[in-house]
Amino acid sequence: MTFFLVSSIAKVVVVFTAILVTVALTTLVERRICAFIQDRLGPNRVGPQGLLQPAADGLKSLLKEETLPVRADKALFLLAPAISFTPALLTFAVIPFAAPLPTRWGDVPMVVADLPVGFLYILAISSLGVYGVTLAGWSSNNKYALLGGLRASAQMISYEIAMGMSTVAVLLLAGNVTLSRVIAQQQAGGWYVLSLLLAFFIFLVSAFAETNRVPFDLPEAEGELIAGYHTEYSAMKFSMFYIAEYANMLTASALMATLFFGGWDIPFTSWDNGPPWTLAKTLATGAVFCVKTACFMFLYIWVRWTLPRFRYDQLMALGWKVLLPLALVYLTVLATAVWYLKEQLGWAYGPAFGWALFGLNAVLAGLLFWWLDRGRIVSGSVARAEGEV
Amino acid sequence: MSLTQLVFWTFSALAVVGAAMCITRRSPVASALWLVQTLFSLAALFVVLDAQFIAVLQVLVYAGAIMVLFLFVIMLLNLGRAGPSDLKGPAGLAVATLLGGLLFFQLLRGATPSAAGTRGGNVMAQLQEEQGIVGAVARPLFSQYLIPFEITSVLLLAAIVGAVVLAKRKL
Repeated sequence: MTFFLVSSIAKVVVVFTAILVTVALTTLVERRICAFIQDRLGPNRVGPQGLLQPAADGLKSLLKEETLPVRADKALFLLAPAISFTPALLTFAVIPFAAPLPTRWGDVPMVVADLPVGFLYILAISSLGVYGVTLAGWSSNNKYALLGGLRASAQMISYEIAMGMSTVAVLLLAGNVTLSRVIAQQQAGGWYVLSLLLAFFIFLVSAFAETNRVPFDLPEAEGELIAGYHTEYSAMKFSMFYIAEYANMLTASALMATLFFGGWDIPFTSWDNGPPWTLAKTLATGAVFCVKTACFMFLYIWVRWTLPRFRYDQLMALGWKVLLPLALVYLTVLATAVWYLKEQLGWAYGPAFGWALFGLNAVLAGLLFWWLDRGRIVSGSVARAEGEV
Repeated sequence: MSLTQLVFWTFSALAVVGAAMCITRRSPVASALWLVQTLFSLAALFVVLDAQFIAVLQVLVYAGAIMVLFLFVIMLLNLGRAGPSDLKGPAGLAVATLLGGLLFFQLLRGATPSAAGTRGGNVMAQLQEEQGIVGAVARPLFSQYLIPFEITSVLLLAAIVGAVVLAKRKL
C-alpha cells in the first residue's frame, strides 16, 4: 500500500511536469516550424536557439495586467480558464507511456492509473473541457466571444460522436477498453493502424476538430470573430486557454499513438514485449513512445501551417454527413469481418488476422478516397497536366 | 470512517447541494452548471459502487454531451440572464410539493434493504473480471433485455424524427 502510494505520487509528479514542460516547448517548436514553413527564422534570441522563449512568454503572461469586462459574469469569467485547463491535464492519466519498471519492491506499471474503463475515461473527461470554452464565450458578455463559444460547443459535440464511433472499432478488435490490454494485443498481432486504417482516419480528423486546431479552429477564427471565445481574456488567464489547447493536443497525439500505433511497442522486435522487465526496456520503450507522440504533434503543427480554415457549414456537414455515416457503415463492415474471421474461421487475433483486415481496409480506403475526390483533385490535376482542360 | 465512506459522503453532499442550487437559481446558465455538478457527483458514486463503466457513460453522455446541448440552447436563445420565477401562485407550489413528497415517499420505500441487495461478495467486481467492464453491461443488454432495449431505440428514433419534423418547416 505504501509502495503503491509512493510510486503513484512519483508518477503523478513526473507526468504532470512532463506535460507542462512539453506544452511550453511545443509553443516554441510550433513557432519555429511555422517560421520554417514560411521561410523565416522564428524566435531564436532568448537563450540558445530560443529555448528560453517559453519562460520569457510565461513571465510576460504573469506580469501583464488582468482585465475584467464590466458587464461580464464575474464568477464564471474567472472559472472558465480553470475549467478548460483541468480536464486537459487529467486525461493523460490512463495512457501507458513505457514498459513496466522493475524495482526492489515489485514491478511498477508506467501509467498513472490503468483504469479498467481505459480510453472511455479520456473521452469522458475531455468532453468536459468544452465547458471552459463555452462558458468563457458566454460569460465575457461579448457577441464575438459568444459566437465562438457557441461554435465550440456545437463542433465538439458533433465530432465527439465520430470520435467515439471510431474507438468502437478498437473495442471490437481488442474486446476490451483498457489501454494496457490494447497495447498488448497490438504487440501480439500488429498495430491497429493497419487493421483499422479507416477508424484511424476518422479518429485523426475528429481529434483535430476536438482540439480546435486548424483546419477546424472555427471557435477562434480571427478573421471573423476577433479571437473567438477568449477575446476578452488577458495575461495568465489567456495563457491558460493556450496551455489547455496544447495539453489536449498532447493527449490526443499520445492517444493516437496508443490506440493505433502500438503505444510503447518497439516495432520489428519482440524484445520489449514481455518479462523479464529491465530498466533498459523501460527507457527504450519510453523513448519510442515519445517519438511516436512527437510525430503526431508535428503533424498537428504541419497541418496548421499548411491548410486553410474550413467554413462553418462545411465543418458541420463534414462531421454529420460524412464522418458519422462513414463510421457507422465502417463499423458494420468491420463487425461482420471480425465475426467471420473469429467465429466462422476460428482465427485468434494475430498477424494473419491483422493482414486480412488490412486488405479489407485498403479496399475501403481506396473506395473512400475515390468518393471524396470524385474527380476533383487527383484526376482533375492529371487532366490539367495533360492539357485536356 | 473508511475511505469509501468519506468519498461517498463527500460526493453525496456535492450532489444534493448541486441539485438544491440547480432548482433555486434564477439564472438558467447557473442552474445548468449546478446540474452538471450533480451529474458528475453521481458518476463518482457509481465508481464507489464498482460500476465504473456506468460512471464513465454518465459523464460522457449526461455531463459531457446533454448538458452542453442544454447550455448551447440557453445561450442560443439568449436566456442566460436571470428572469422571474416559473412557479406561479400557491396552487402551483402546492401541486409541486405534493408530487415531490410522493416521489420522496416512493424513494424512501425503495431504499429499505431487500433480499436482492444483500448478495455476498463483490458481485460487480467478479462480473467485470469474467466478462470485461463493457461486457458485463453489454451481455445482459443484448440478450436478457434485448426487447426493452430495442423498444427504447425505436422510441428514440421516433423522438429524433419528431424533432426534425418540428424544427424543419420545409422538408
